[in-house]
Amino acid sequence: MADETLDDKKEEVPEIASFDPTKKKKKKKVAIIDPADDPVDNLAEKTENLSVSDGFETSFAGLKKKKKKPVETSNFTDEGGDAAEDLDDHSGEDEGEGDALAPHYPWEGSDRDYLYEELIGRVFDILRENNPDLAGDRRRTVIRPPQVLREGTKKTVFVNFMDLCKTMHRQPDHVMAFLLAELGTSGSLDGQQRLVVKGRFAPKNFEGILRRYINEYVICIGCKCSETILTKENRLFFLRCEKCGCERSVAPIKAGFVARVGRRNAGA
Amino acid sequence: MSELDAQIPTAFDPFAEANAEDSGAGTKEYVHIRIQQRNGRKSLTTVQGLKKEFSYNKILKDLKKEFCCNGTVVQDPELGQVIQLQGDQRKNVSTFLVQAGIVKKEHIKIHGF
Repeated sequence: MADETLDDKKEEVPEIASFDPTKKKKKKKVAIIDPADDPVDNLAEKTENLSVSDGFETSFAGLKKKKKKPVETSNFTDEGGDAAEDLDDHSGEDEGEGDALAPHYPWEGSDRDYLYEELIGRVFDILRENNPDLAGDRRRTVIRPPQVLREGTKKTVFVNFMDLCKTMHRQPDHVMAFLLAELGTSGSLDGQQRLVVKGRFAPKNFEGILRRYINEYVICIGCKCSETILTKENRLFFLRCEKCGCERSVAPIKAGFVARVGRRNAGA
Repeated sequence: MSELDAQIPTAFDPFAEANAEDSGAGTKEYVHIRIQQRNGRKSLTTVQGLKKEFSYNKILKDLKKEFCCNGTVVQDPELGQVIQLQGDQRKNVSTFLVQAGIVKKEHIKIHGF
């Protein structure tokens, strides 16, 4: 008979008075028609399968936390086990309320606990809506472009050097050391505080190197803000952020290998 | 009491992974690839920091053949052996070293414009 086949397949629900097509595992929404003893039996089986969180939430369900459930007892049993499918059907019944909540959170369909990532995402979304600059994870967009001039044929002059150092709150010595190490050439600061570098370089080259310097020595990795201070403690360089207070050590600038280019001394 | 039992380590070395990585990599030594300018638009590529076990001559020969350029191995008093190639070969050298399996990509640092 249909009852027995159904019993064989689904051992969870051993007593079914009549073969109710809607009584298959996934659709338990028609609970009002159930015979009286079914809720008790269902509950007994489902409490065995319950996790702690689900059990905790069923205790709230009786208090009509979600107003869309009409009958209390059937709500109680349905929320006990297979919560996702049950509530999907319930929310399918009362769709008006579901659409009214504009941001559809991934946990709304079921009674499961919130995941940590979901909570964080939610916090940042709300923060971004109401107070966009507080949650700003944007890098500083205002970096003045470096101005370079050519002095003679073999030298390049970096005009904005001092301004850039001041904007970044860095010592000119440190920045100069980095630039010269990366370019692999020699250079110096002339009388007007401009950086004169030996060689021919385009502004784009300078920009690339400056970007690398900023990423490495200026921007805080935690909050990506550019308000940092470089201090030297005990022969180590530390980068301390003003906004979030995080401190990290940075590698000292090493010159590297510089090949012999140019004229060797004539004779010996 | 059950908490205490759970926290007693059971012959699990938490640094096993870190040590394995380090020993494989050679304790965080980077390979620096730099570029220098010569006269005109000629330039020079310098590779420094490769492990000493390698035969620099063989690597150099392969590099020269691969990129059709000239090169040499220079002995530096502090930095050891440095490979010098003619032209701007930074990207070429980088891909070559990674493909040959000499260095891992994380240990290569490219400097210069």
